[in-house]
Amino acid sequence: MRRLNTPLVRGVLALGVALALWQAVVWASGVPRFILPGPRQVGVSLWANAPLLWEHARFTALNLLTGLAAGVALGVVTALNLALSPGARLMLRPILIFAQAVPIFALAPILTLWLGYGAASKIVIVMLVIYFPVTSAFFDGLMRLPAPLADLAQIMRARPLRRLFLLQVPHALPALVSGLRLAVVYAPFAVIIGEWVGSSRGLGYLMLMANGRGQTDLMFAALVVLAAQSLALFAVLERLARGRTKAH
Amino acid sequence: MTALFLQGDLWMDDACLIRDLELDMPAGQWSCLLGASGVGKSTIARLIAGLPGPHRLDGLLKASDGLLLAGRVALMAQEGQLLPWADLVQNVTIGARLRGVRPDAALARELLSQVGLAGLEARRPTELSGGQCQRVALARILIEDSPVVVLDEPFSALDTATRLAMQDLAAQVLRGRTVILITHDPLEALRLSDRAWLLGPDGADGLGLPDAVPPRDYRAPDTLAAQATLLARLHRPVGARCAG
Repeated sequence: MRRLNTPLVRGVLALGVALALWQAVVWASGVPRFILPGPRQVGVSLWANAPLLWEHARFTALNLLTGLAAGVALGVVTALNLALSPGARLMLRPILIFAQAVPIFALAPILTLWLGYGAASKIVIVMLVIYFPVTSAFFDGLMRLPAPLADLAQIMRARPLRRLFLLQVPHALPALVSGLRLAVVYAPFAVIIGEWVGSSRGLGYLMLMANGRGQTDLMFAALVVLAAQSLALFAVLERLARGRTKAH
Repeated sequence: MTALFLQGDLWMDDACLIRDLELDMPAGQWSCLLGASGVGKSTIARLIAGLPGPHRLDGLLKASDGLLLAGRVALMAQEGQLLPWADLVQNVTIGARLRGVRPDAALARELLSQVGLAGLEARRPTELSGGQCQRVALARILIEDSPVVVLDEPFSALDTATRLAMQDLAAQVLRGRTVILITHDPLEALRLSDRAWLLGPDGADGLGLPDAVPPRDYRAPDTLAAQATLLARLHRPVGARCAG
């Protein structure tokens, strides 16, 4: 019995119960399928529209990953610069706080206006949305070097860059991982918002289109694919993080 | 070999912590500062090591060779100075790496085996006991080869048996160096010092030490007698504590 009590088995079981409930609600209430399709219909739609979903999912996934990579890279570089230079802290910190106060989602229409309906506007939205959490989490970690290690650096006459990369960065990696966790949660939101605001491709576009045509089952199918993407991202991150904490 | 001379009033922010300090710490010997918690022992350690803080010496701290002390002091603290993510060789060579100098891994291995950690070079500090961690810290002190070594309560977090063993080891590997040992343990002071002071708000009071060569036998009658005398001086009955 105990061997069955794994996270996977528990997850499948919970999912099964949820699906059964969903189907039960559909049967019991008799709502029309364009309002709430049952899980079976969604499954059928998923299968029947696989090539269409695949094509749009690829567009969304590519923008998601590119935006994530660019946002993380930019955030990491910003945090390193802030940690290294008090001048940069003085100049960039207010800008960062201001940037946090602006809801990036609200900028999506303007970004679409500026960058067009293609991939660029989506990538930039993802980048901007995850930039702040990544920068802020990593920077906090970098600045929180424990006092004994700060003393060590001083006594050993450490060069600033070496102090940064030999002490501060390794110590801040768990904090960076927290920032990345937020990033992989926000990024799918951001990419979908970008596609809702204006796009001719992607899962967000497909959902809007299916919704407009009353193809609610296709909309749900796109949602399932999107959720799968988010879960895959999360799983990859957790895997990387576990490797890192082991090294810690 | 460098002797140290410290004289003056030690201030913490706007309060005078210790008045009329006068410490004459000879080259190549162990000088020990003994005192209760909060008296300012660790502040003196930070002062000598050149570490920042709210402290200030209104007086004089000088080395016998006339050169500045900054950057020539090795410090071993109670704990927390090892890198949990790095292996033992990397931990011992961190000084060279931080300065951008070529680390000598072979020497690090040799020193690790000298402090009794042969075969554990690839471990991380998280996989070691408290005593083993302090052995790594000792190896790091040795590789730095600084003219002055400050040990700030180096064995306080260890159990009694491990502490005695570490005192023997430290006395052995740091013999002939200028060592400043900060401790609140009377027996530790009596075992290891060539010269010792009891610190209080009104200055440092020189302590009489047994004749034997450190590390002194903790069972020897004169060590025990000196410990008893010292304990009697340190002991404050419960009722008197608030007044003191």
